[in-house]
Amino acid sequence: MSRYSIFSLARNALSYHENWSRAWRSPEPKREYDAIIVGGGGHGLATAYYLAKEHGITNVAVLEKGWIGGGNTGRNTTIVRSNYLWDEATHLYEKAMKLWEGLSQDLNYNVMFSQRGVLNLGHTLQDMRDIERRVNANRLNGIDGVVLDTKGVKEIVPIINDSPNARYPILGASFQPRAGVARHDAVAWGFARGADQRGVDIIQNCEVKGIRRENGCVVGVETNKGFIASKKVGVVAAGHSSVIASMAGIRLPLESHPLQALVSESIKPCIPTVIMSNAVHGYISQSDKGDLVIGAGIDSYVGYGQRGSYSIIEGTLAAIVELFPTLSRVRMNRQWGGIVDVCPDACPIISLTPVKGLYFNCGWGTGGFKATPGSGWVFAHTIAQDRPHELNAAFSLDRFSTGHLIDEHGAAAVAH
Amino acid sequence: MLILHCPWCGPRSQTEFAYGGEAHIARPLSPESLSDAEWADYLFMRKNPKGRHLEQWGHAMGCRRWFNVERDTATYAIQGSYKMGEEPPGGQR
Ligand SMILES: Cc1cc2nc3c(=O)[nH]c(=O)nc-3n(C[C@H](O)[C@H](O)[C@H](O)COP(=O)(O)OP(=O)(O)OC[C@H]3O[C@@H](n4cnc5c(N)ncnc54)[C@H](O)[C@@H]3O)c2cc1C
Ligand SMILES: [Zn+2]
Repeated sequence: MSRYSIFSLARNALSYHENWSRAWRSPEPKREYDAIIVGGGGHGLATAYYLAKEHGITNVAVLEKGWIGGGNTGRNTTIVRSNYLWDEATHLYEKAMKLWEGLSQDLNYNVMFSQRGVLNLGHTLQDMRDIERRVNANRLNGIDGVVLDTKGVKEIVPIINDSPNARYPILGASFQPRAGVARHDAVAWGFARGADQRGVDIIQNCEVKGIRRENGCVVGVETNKGFIASKKVGVVAAGHSSVIASMAGIRLPLESHPLQALVSESIKPCIPTVIMSNAVHGYISQSDKGDLVIGAGIDSYVGYGQRGSYSIIEGTLAAIVELFPTLSRVRMNRQWGGIVDVCPDACPIISLTPVKGLYFNCGWGTGGFKATPGSGWVFAHTIAQDRPHELNAAFSLDRFSTGHLIDEHGAAAVAH
Repeated sequence: MLILHCPWCGPRSQTEFAYGGEAHIARPLSPESLSDAEWADYLFMRKNPKGRHLEQWGHAMGCRRWFNVERDTATYAIQGSYKMGEEPPGGQR
């Protein structure tokens, strides 16, 4: 497989870019693997990549029921930040942030990570107090962040409505300069290519339908391509986590909800950063193509329909127009939904399970894209060593019985 | 958009209702004798099925009463509503 560089680009230009080699193979499944990853989203592919790269476990298959990146990985609004409140969460997301910062080089694949910063707006005195507390907590943990007043926000985003007469006036914001966005498809493809180069089999259109166990240990998975044996199975299936857990008789504290996003027609650059507001419930950034990328909230009910309600879109766009009156006549081009696995404390579960050799990485809900490399990194460690890394020990399933929940609703509830 | 059938007010748009999560989760009768794992199960663990789901809805913008709905979480087809204490239209819980 060729290395991407200015030279390979020039060489391939000579043959009109018709002879690029495939970025990953499409093999038939072997009878047995050292580890199987269920779910070919960014997290699953990253897990396989780091299993091979960091732990030398290369006889690995990633089983994906559709196409890789076709789940939430390819449906999210791509916000990456690490300004969470609690130590456990912030360290996990910051691990991911550090990996993001070198990811394109590490993968030899341009994931278009763009550190354009993120503003989390405050509209009430209480919002501002929470923002100061969170920024202080972040800085104590060595994570960048500043508190801005209305003028500071306006300087970064001149088109924002800073009127004190707005229904929800902007009193200020937290700003994390190192935050930003990345190209979601490229993240899936880059990890897939990197994993494949190290020997991982990526098997698409392969749905796991059962988890075979013997004496409390996992021995493999039943799929539409037959039984595939493995003593280690890591499940990273986002909205479908509960469905797969039930195949192994495990109950999870998750509820799956539709979450929507939409993009507008392309317009000239006007939003230079990522702007999120929990209070009016909207968040927005502008892609390099010029379209506005807008995220909405979840539908309140459990749903696997990969589509959301119209009323949610209406509420979100009302919020966006309130923040940016000048955008009121921009047309929306596309809208879609993903199924997010919402956990009661808005934090993920990255854990061993009562079944030996069966691991779950789920509960990322509305905000796991930012964690993709870090999630894969700690999950690979968890699978390889059969125990969590210190970064994810607090995110074990047993926190729901010990009571040690990590309540990130303040920093994560609406925001992504 | 779902059209839910309030047993008291009839068919109404989903925006009038508040979702109340999985139905038929009974509060433990002797809380003091529960283990931590049993508490966790009661408080946090959910069926979250892809398919038939029995769930609670409240008519928040209407009569404010709570009832149950049998709905398919994959197709969103609604089997029907039933009052608290009644059995679901599709039989068996
Ligand atoms: C609209 C929207 C906006 C979002 N915005 C943001 C954001 O701005 N920032 C952020 O950090 N996060 C955001 N998120 C959340 C983020 O997308 C997810 O947390 C993250 O992408 C999860 O990655 P994953 O790899 O675990 O899941 P996925 O990409 O969903 O991968 C899971 C895969 O498992 C496969 N699968 C399921 N069942 C089976 C089976 N039985 N057999 C085989 N394969 C199976 C699925 O097909 C899927 O491809 C958003 C989500 C949505 C829907
Ligand atoms: Zn009613």
